[in-house]
Amino acid sequence: MAEKVKLVPVPSGSVIPERDIDKSPILETHHLGIDFGGLVAVDDFNLTIGRTEIAGLIGPNGAGKTTVFNLLTNVYQPTRGTILLDGKATKGMKTSQVCRLGIARTFQNIRLFSNMSVMENILVGLHYEMSYNALTGVLRLPAFFRSERIARERAMELLSIFNMESMADDQAGSLPYGAQRRLEILRALATNPSLLLLDEPAAGMNPSETEELMENIRRIRDMFQIAVLLIEHDMNLVMGICEGICVLNYGRVIAKGDPDQIKNDPVVIEAYLGKKGAK
Amino acid sequence: MKNVKKTRRRDFITYGMVIAAYLVVQALLDTGHISNSLKNQLIPICVYVCMAVSLNLVVGILGDLSLGHAGFMSVGAFTGIVVSMSLQNAIPDGIVRLILAIAVGAVTAAIAGVLVGVPVLRLRGDYLAIVTLAFGEIIKNVLTNLYVGADGNGLHISFKNAMAMGMGLDGKTIINGPIGAVGVTKLATFTAGFILILVTLFITLNLINSRSGRAIKAIRDNRIAAESVGINITKYKLIAFVVSAALAGMAGALYGLNYSGLAAKKFDFNTSILVLVFVVLGGIGNIRGSIIAATVLTVLPEMLRALQDYRMLIYAVILILVMIVTNNPLLRSVTQSVVKKLKAPFVKKKDAAPAEGGDSNG
Amino acid sequence: MIGLISNLISGVSLGSVYAIIALGYTMVYGIAKMLNFAHGDVIMVGAYICFCGINYLSLPPVVAVLLAIIACTALGIVIEGLAYKPLRSAPNLAVLITAIGVSYFLQNSALLIWKSDPKVFPSIIKLEPIHCFDGQLTIGGVTLVTVLCCIVVMVCLTLFISRSKTGKAMRAVSEDKVAAQLMGINVNRTISVTFAIGSGLAAVAGVLLCSAYPTLIPTTGAMPGIKAFTAAVFGGIGSIPGAMLGGILLGVIEIFAKAYISTQFSDAIVFAVLIVVLLIKPTGILGKKISEKV
Repeated sequence: MAEKVKLVPVPSGSVIPERDIDKSPILETHHLGIDFGGLVAVDDFNLTIGRTEIAGLIGPNGAGKTTVFNLLTNVYQPTRGTILLDGKATKGMKTSQVCRLGIARTFQNIRLFSNMSVMENILVGLHYEMSYNALTGVLRLPAFFRSERIARERAMELLSIFNMESMADDQAGSLPYGAQRRLEILRALATNPSLLLLDEPAAGMNPSETEELMENIRRIRDMFQIAVLLIEHDMNLVMGICEGICVLNYGRVIAKGDPDQIKNDPVVIEAYLGKKGAK
Repeated sequence: MKNVKKTRRRDFITYGMVIAAYLVVQALLDTGHISNSLKNQLIPICVYVCMAVSLNLVVGILGDLSLGHAGFMSVGAFTGIVVSMSLQNAIPDGIVRLILAIAVGAVTAAIAGVLVGVPVLRLRGDYLAIVTLAFGEIIKNVLTNLYVGADGNGLHISFKNAMAMGMGLDGKTIINGPIGAVGVTKLATFTAGFILILVTLFITLNLINSRSGRAIKAIRDNRIAAESVGINITKYKLIAFVVSAALAGMAGALYGLNYSGLAAKKFDFNTSILVLVFVVLGGIGNIRGSIIAATVLTVLPEMLRALQDYRMLIYAVILILVMIVTNNPLLRSVTQSVVKKLKAPFVKKKDAAPAEGGDSNG
Repeated sequence: MIGLISNLISGVSLGSVYAIIALGYTMVYGIAKMLNFAHGDVIMVGAYICFCGINYLSLPPVVAVLLAIIACTALGIVIEGLAYKPLRSAPNLAVLITAIGVSYFLQNSALLIWKSDPKVFPSIIKLEPIHCFDGQLTIGGVTLVTVLCCIVVMVCLTLFISRSKTGKAMRAVSEDKVAAQLMGINVNRTISVTFAIGSGLAAVAGVLLCSAYPTLIPTTGAMPGIKAFTAAVFGGIGSIPGAMLGGILLGVIEIFAKAYISTQFSDAIVFAVLIVVLLIKPTGILGKKISEKV
């Protein structure tokens, strides 16, 4: 596995790093595309994300945004093109291997381990932070207790990011909606990623919750010095925290740039509002 | 941490329950208070408890339905018998032979578990269930046509008939095709059965409460999410499946050495279903429940002779009713509120233990 | 050569029975998305009812067969209503366990009612065998009727599904339950009808099966049931021509395995086919690919 910054808060405060896309990027895709049957779902998708960049992927419904996430995590094998994570091609890897290489994600429709406790959900995320094998676990050798204790401490640290320590023993499926979304982010963070993919993190949240989420996404990036790519329909959130934005329509990139460029791009306005809206 | 303590306490109660039951039965045995028919059931009870616990690992913890569990039991039983019978002269000590038979039974069943598991676990849901059933039938079919004998030169195996083994004159048939194992020296004891339950529990509970067990439960709850956090699905499914098979093999070896003769057709689909009934009635994913259900459902028909004819019919109704009551949204809410009312006087704290495992995704 | 043809004909005949049973599986799987494990045991019930009608009530064979069909149709509706309907939204595992429970229930009820001693099924098909190649090859009457029945059932069912209103409703439900409901289709009724048709066909299969293999015991239906499920998967679950194709292929494979490989291991070989098919092409020969949404 690549040398990565461990899950230790980096004391950089809340200073947003300058856009570091020109240094070696964490993620590059080249001419990425996938067909379902004869239908071209995504085509010629090129994206570069800097090591500590917060990037947004937007577009009308059905534009292929989640499909891009599924391609990046190898849930779907691309028909064309390449994905490079930290310079390494992920072609042919399993989803689980891509995760261990450094891409973690959340899901549009929350996917928690709902019959397990909040703590256990995080511990599953910390699976590869523990190193004892099944036999050691069954025989309860000292390595088991050591490893479990460290993991549980780490899990509590993670829970403290969202002040969820008191919920550690609750069943994940019984949490309120917002807490479930936060837990999903923490579980993804537990895998110690270098790129975090968030699929509509603000869905179903009210404006003040969204505001808080924006703060938290920034905070996570600053603490762990990771890149974040998010899909979101809430334009306040996207324009508020994303440093780079990529707009997708009918599976193709129609615009790329910083929030100001995107806001004033006539092609984007047309895609969202139709020809009349664009005038 | 609270959660750790709670799990540990729950496991201790389970162990305590088994040990207490053993001591009580042992005391009753010593004072001659147990009927002969029940005495004959003691070892089968231990065997079925181990079978139910091991099947629960696949059905309740991994969340896949296995319908061929009796197949692994039979592999353990037949290898256990062969080991014990062929070493009769080399190792006169019965206890050593029993331990060896159980160990070898576990290993061969585990190998069978790998052979079955690797292809089977690529499938999901109904298809997985039907393929485990198919493998169970194949194992039965193969064992029904198996002939094993021992003579001065060692073991002889054939799939044709007893003659084809080509044994010397001093040869002795151990497994005789459709007739099954013959002339087996009984080695199983109630104490051995009790120890086997403890070993099964130790392995199962420790596995569940470890990193691997959490990965297995995560696959059950949401396979796609488990994959997305880096869990190797095939590996952990296989671990659960193979451990379960090995435990069934151990139970099978003990079972095989409890009778003087045993045919492969004893381990048919009905036996697999019987164990499934124990798991379902005890609560899918609830290990303690499996132990209680296996015990009660083995003892009850013995006590109520009149019900003997209706036993299987009642099991069928139990399967259907438990599934409908626990899975129908309307009935579930009704039963939950009734349970809550019944529990209310006994529950002090708000965080009373939630039902272990609960229902699982298919 | 004659031997080969003779075996082929036996295979097609056995396969025709599998095909009729497989239809029940494939229709229910296509529409209710569940494996009706008890389907094989409905076959057994049908055969017993026909047996009782002839032996105890002295009914003419045709009436006895009709009685069996009606009784099984009713049984199918009752099973669906009592056991499966409450579990419409339950996880797969729960539905499958329930279906196993129903299968077990039917087997053990039969054991209590008709006892475990084998009943000899009366020969009701009194058709003269056909002799070909100067009498070297004989095709039995049962064989002819079985194959004929299979073809008739297949044609009728295909017409029913494609032409009738209920058939169209069935296709709609199998495509998308919620959308069908929004279009005013009574989903519950459609599922009931599917079970009714499948179970009625099971009775026909039971009579044909027992005409060819006249020993009737409470577990008669279990093995053919599982094999027919294999056939349904083999042909592509949800597809009616697939059930026919899969059934006949499986019947031929079974008879050939018995004749040319090993009698003792013929069941193992059939199950091995099931395993190989599920692993290599779980969508079957004529099935369509279903992908999972993430």
